[in-house]
Amino acid sequence: MSKEANVLFDAPGPRAEARNRILTGVSVVVLLAVVAAVVWKLNDRDQFDTALWEPFLRGDVWSNLILPGLWNTLKAAAVASVLAMLFGAVFGLARLSDHWWIRVPAGAVVEFFRSIPLLILIFLAFFAPPLVSPVIAESPLGQAQRVVVDNFLFVFGVESNYGVVTVPAFAALVFGLTMYNGSVLAEVIRAGVLSLPKGQSEAAYSIGLRKNGVMRLVLLPQAITAMMPAIVSQLVVLLKDTALGFIIAFEDLLHAGFKVVGPNYHNLLAAAIVVSVIYIGINMSLSALATWLEARLRRNRRTAGHTVTPTAGVPAAPGMEPEDVEKK
Amino acid sequence: MEDLLGLLDFGPVFENGDRILEGFWGTIRLALMSALLSMVIGTIAVSFRVAPIPLLRVVGTVYVNVVRNTPLTLVLLLCSLGISTTLQLKFSDQNTVDAYWWAIIGLSFYTGAFICEVLRSGINTVPLGQAEAARSIGLTFTQSLRMIILPQAFRTVIAPLGSTLIAMIKNTTVVMAAGYAEAALAMYELFDDPNNQPPAIPLFLTIAAGFMVLTLPTGFFFGWLAKRMAVAR
Repeated sequence: MSKEANVLFDAPGPRAEARNRILTGVSVVVLLAVVAAVVWKLNDRDQFDTALWEPFLRGDVWSNLILPGLWNTLKAAAVASVLAMLFGAVFGLARLSDHWWIRVPAGAVVEFFRSIPLLILIFLAFFAPPLVSPVIAESPLGQAQRVVVDNFLFVFGVESNYGVVTVPAFAALVFGLTMYNGSVLAEVIRAGVLSLPKGQSEAAYSIGLRKNGVMRLVLLPQAITAMMPAIVSQLVVLLKDTALGFIIAFEDLLHAGFKVVGPNYHNLLAAAIVVSVIYIGINMSLSALATWLEARLRRNRRTAGHTVTPTAGVPAAPGMEPEDVEKK
Repeated sequence: MEDLLGLLDFGPVFENGDRILEGFWGTIRLALMSALLSMVIGTIAVSFRVAPIPLLRVVGTVYVNVVRNTPLTLVLLLCSLGISTTLQLKFSDQNTVDAYWWAIIGLSFYTGAFICEVLRSGINTVPLGQAEAARSIGLTFTQSLRMIILPQAFRTVIAPLGSTLIAMIKNTTVVMAAGYAEAALAMYELFDDPNNQPPAIPLFLTIAAGFMVLTLPTGFFFGWLAKRMAVAR
């Protein structure tokens, strides 16, 4: 760190430097004590046994067990990202509509999906269709249900057997991730457009553009660049949330660590640590991308909007207007 | 058509009302305790991150970056399966009590990182002059942090802090992976029980309404508090 005054303390003088050195020494000792306690406890339970770590040096463990899990995680994240961005774009723009009968229902949908836990949505998609579909199949809507499943939802592995619709873990996970993150992205898009100076749309209207043109040609391009960092950080959240698939036995990276490798080689803790390192690596590179984008966009003067980042990666909760939170 | 309306029959959900209420009671207990603990962890972490000692800053930064990039499910499984089961570090011989405390530790450890970031953004909004004034009247680092900076920082970040706590309330559902009984587990068990399957849609709507009852008033409360406590600058 450079020697400059900071909000909380001056550039240290000779006495402060001496004191800081002592305090550094004390914190080193405390830190080492904590590390030693952890190592001692791990050693006490024989967690440093080479047999526990040896599987991770073998190619077959990676190619047969861990990498397929990673592939499933990335696949779910990729599909859900694309769908969530679509959902976010549609509902974000719908909330900005001039017509109340578009704006109000879109707002209700977004607020609903934002205020309930993601896991509950995943459970809905996973457990409800087999219970509900037989009744629908018997009703006048049965034909419609079959057409939808056979023509569209089969892409996600959804199946219909004699009217009973079953949803695989993958599709349930993607459904939940899309609905939840799509709603958050809708708010990001809305906040991005609202954050632009009013003069932008006034100028656009004054040269004779209609609402459609103002949105498409003037507001959205500026808003999208300003929102890019917020969108990327939301995608990190989405990637992290794929781990919820573990609970409905989706065979993702977490499943590979805790249900396959760990129990097979009796090295649960080692497997968990390896899996965490992979997750942290992927997410940190995505977060770094978000930071880089933000720095780049700050230099870029071609947009009138400042970058919208949900404060510290936490999207504004339902019940709080994003504008209130942005104001500082 | 009558069959379709039968899908919306809430009767069987009320028959299982006890189980659902019990689940939400678990959620509330978990959320209150974790809110307290994560505020403590977040405050300690943020004082590390702004400390004059570089080593503490590094510790704070590593904690925040590692935890924020780890899935919560993984954190909770590490606590329950990793630390409690494999390392045999237990709070209590009673399984439910042990699961409760490990769930709180995992959840608070995770939420604390987010609270730390929110508080840090709050500290950044405090004008430099405030800190300079504090130093000029002879306050030390700890004193100026405690009496001048943090009180103002807390007041500017009440709204995002509320969002973090609401996210935490929703995150309590993930705790079912760590084996503590709360609302999501109640929903899972009711769905998964082949002998007694309540209609799916009413059950979903009930659980969703339960969470909205918990999260929406919290949101409005924090929104109101943020306006009330706003620092005029």
